[in-house]
Amino acid sequence: MGLLFVVFSGFLLALVAPWLTPHTGRAAGWLYGLLPASITGVLASFLGRIAAGGTVQQSYAWVPGLNVNLSFYLDGLSLLFALLISGIGTLIFVYAGGYLRGHHHLGRFFCYLSMFMAAMLGLVLADNLITFYIFFELTSFASFVLIGFNHDEAPSRRAAWQALLVTKAGGLALLVGFILMQQATGTFQISALLESGDLLREHRFYLPIVLLLLAGAFTKSAQFPFYFWLPNAMEAPTPVSAYLHSATMVKAGIYVLARFHPVLSGTDLWMWLVGGIGAATMALSAWLALQYTDMKAILAYTTIMALGLLTMLLGLGTEAAVEAALVYVLVHAFYKAALFMVAGAVDHGVHERDITRLGGLGARMPLTAVAAGIAALSMAGIPPFFGFVAKEIAYKAALQFDPAALAVAGVSVLANVALVATAGLLILRPFLGGQNEVTEAAHRPAAGLWFGPVVLAVLSVGLGLAPWLLDHALLGPSASAVLGTAVEPHLALWHGLTPELGLSGLTVAAGVATYLSWTALHTSAPFQQFERWLGTGLDHGYDHVVDGLLAVGRWQTRLLQNGVLRRYLSTVLVATIGLVAGAFYHYGFFGGPIAVGEVTAYEWILSLLAAGGAVGTLFFRERISLITSLGVSGFSIALLFLTFGAPDLAKTQFLIETLTVILVVLILTGVSQVEGSLTPAQKVTNGAVAVGTGAVVSGLVLAVLKLPFENPMGEYYAQKTYVEGEGRNIVNTILVDFRALDTLGEITVLLAAGFGIYALLRLGTAPDPNAENDPPPEDASPQSEPIESSAPEQTPQQVS
Amino acid sequence: MRTAARLLVPLMLLFSVFLLLRGHNETGGGFIGGLVAGISFALYAIAYGTAASRAALRTTPQQLMAVGLGIAVVSALLPLLGGGALLEGLWVKWQGIKLGSPVLFDVGVYLLVIGVTLVVIYELEEHNPRLFPDVSLG
Repeated sequence: MGLLFVVFSGFLLALVAPWLTPHTGRAAGWLYGLLPASITGVLASFLGRIAAGGTVQQSYAWVPGLNVNLSFYLDGLSLLFALLISGIGTLIFVYAGGYLRGHHHLGRFFCYLSMFMAAMLGLVLADNLITFYIFFELTSFASFVLIGFNHDEAPSRRAAWQALLVTKAGGLALLVGFILMQQATGTFQISALLESGDLLREHRFYLPIVLLLLAGAFTKSAQFPFYFWLPNAMEAPTPVSAYLHSATMVKAGIYVLARFHPVLSGTDLWMWLVGGIGAATMALSAWLALQYTDMKAILAYTTIMALGLLTMLLGLGTEAAVEAALVYVLVHAFYKAALFMVAGAVDHGVHERDITRLGGLGARMPLTAVAAGIAALSMAGIPPFFGFVAKEIAYKAALQFDPAALAVAGVSVLANVALVATAGLLILRPFLGGQNEVTEAAHRPAAGLWFGPVVLAVLSVGLGLAPWLLDHALLGPSASAVLGTAVEPHLALWHGLTPELGLSGLTVAAGVATYLSWTALHTSAPFQQFERWLGTGLDHGYDHVVDGLLAVGRWQTRLLQNGVLRRYLSTVLVATIGLVAGAFYHYGFFGGPIAVGEVTAYEWILSLLAAGGAVGTLFFRERISLITSLGVSGFSIALLFLTFGAPDLAKTQFLIETLTVILVVLILTGVSQVEGSLTPAQKVTNGAVAVGTGAVVSGLVLAVLKLPFENPMGEYYAQKTYVEGEGRNIVNTILVDFRALDTLGEITVLLAAGFGIYALLRLGTAPDPNAENDPPPEDASPQSEPIESSAPEQTPQQVS
Repeated sequence: MRTAARLLVPLMLLFSVFLLLRGHNETGGGFIGGLVAGISFALYAIAYGTAASRAALRTTPQQLMAVGLGIAVVSALLPLLGGGALLEGLWVKWQGIKLGSPVLFDVGVYLLVIGVTLVVIYELEEHNPRLFPDVSLG
């Protein structure tokens, strides 16, 4: 029950939040925060069992036929992530209650937010690849509505679309990768998969699996060259940014890397691809962060930097690297959530986020300033804060990395130098110095706005001073899960005089120097060019890709959906001819004698009538004769049905024929009588299509006769119809009972078609506002379409 | 024309219900019944105009479509309440009369088919009002 509550209570809250919120008054955030808090409590109750090396598994049948189960698996890694999601979630709920107080869509906001939290929890707890994928997509969807929360603003909509398209594309790659994994190992169950690492690494699907999974992870976790969506996602309200980009959404990709680390890592491909992309992302984004002055934009790029670092560490794959990655997951969640909340509190207080226009806020909001300072120092990796612990092991992992220690250490230092300077920008600029006309208006923030940063600051200090608290409880089990072997890590603030400490000193010194020269640096031409290429440049690249996709879409729509009914019909018929003839060729149905039973005189007459009616349509010019001729054909076929013992079919055919006549009359009377004439080439083409269609359909019917006539289904229905279906009419019992699901689907289609026709006819009366969708003008065929040519000036009667 | 319609339309409607109800044992069923009923209203429209036919229908074809699908879905979901499978047949027998969820399903099909038939015919006709006379029932 425990894990079910953890995953699904969020969805329940999402259901009731819109109705509940108007009655909660100002306490909405604190009230809803109780849910993630209690989820954290439930999760914490598993700490002991996980620390002792155990795991928790719960499984519920979902689609048993496909081996898709709603199963959950809790081990060290998933517990670490789940605790972060619910723990940070608690603070974010409280913060959002304060930040968006009085917002007219607060209920909707909490609906999205709890849906997102639940999806994230489901993702990290899933024990089935398909369940995992569904929750992965749910997080993309929930983040789409969260990023686009201010949907009346165009940049928000664009950012939401961009995040959705990029992460969904990755999600689809992930799905294909999962299916290949299942094909390779025979199981969808993640906990079982984790045992088959050697099998997967040897498998011929290994390369595609790795590439597809990485595509999913890299898009979700904003790695180079996909990171452009993350800064744009800053259009979201700040609580969303604080949650998505500290502990959740973007960490989902990291979770994918960590989860499948035991089965996919250990090859050169993994090491160089994951490590390389991670390192590139880290270094590029750390320096890009210095090019911005909006607090949220700066934070966005430092988030990408952190994700790059995590990816790189998981790529290195050594014990030290994995431990560093897991500690940094915590460190980053603490300082990034705090800094985002601080940025939001500043924005809330003075409606300004540009660091060059802020100053002296420390006096106005002291608690927030202290929390921000601690978070930023933790980010910069200054002792004794938690970030220092993480950075020391990251450096250690870099220096221990055998193939390229110097390169990895160099890139890490390069990125961390920028991070130190960024930390300075984020706290020194807004909070110190003199107040100006912008910041003088600041008011003391509400409790909800400083509560989260303060809690996270306390954690950053506490875990910095006593990091060994994590050793046994969380880090050991999670590192063991990622590495696939049991490890016992030992964290410490002080390791003695080590090479890592030297690197740290160098980093801080260079960072301070960078900070001091920031004003000159970020306005210098090379740096601005750097931003134009890799910051906004990638964003423009995305636009080009989307424009290209749309152009292809328009091109193929015009090709296939050109608005000329005759061409649709030809396309469908030619495709049918091709497919059926291909199947005939492949299975060898051509030739050979066909046993035909005795044909009676009236069967001959009816067949000839049916054929004659069809042939007649070729020669009649008058519409009414055409309709009559078609009717003769149809009614003769209906009579044939009757003679072969299919009264239901015959009745339906009679009625359909009747209706067809009415409809054709209705349509044709609306068209001018000008017949036009087809060119000889058109006549030949049309004739070929017609003859071809007739030939393959006749062939199909004859081919059925050549198959041995066994009819187990007929026997089955004949026996069961009265016993189980309570009816004697087999046709109807099949329609409404045995195969009622098919019928349900068919009538749904019928309804959609009915409304479609209704809409089309209604649209035809009004001038088309979207002229671009009209069929291309070069299609000047002699016969105009019935609907188009019906007199538009005749106003239809309105429905009463 | 009008005389014929006046006689035929009620008969056809009656016949359509007959087809619907006997469908389970004899030839007939919701689809055929719906077509007959739809055609009868079309006939009425040919004789008296669509406005009169719409008035005689007393509801819009769109509503018929929606209600029809709704009934079919309800009959599909009904067995779930009793712990059965989707679309499982539920039957009540009382003095030789059998009523079951498949019949309800067929009623849904019947209404939906009437709706779809008429939505197309009415809309087409109202695009070409010169075909049918548009006279009031008076």
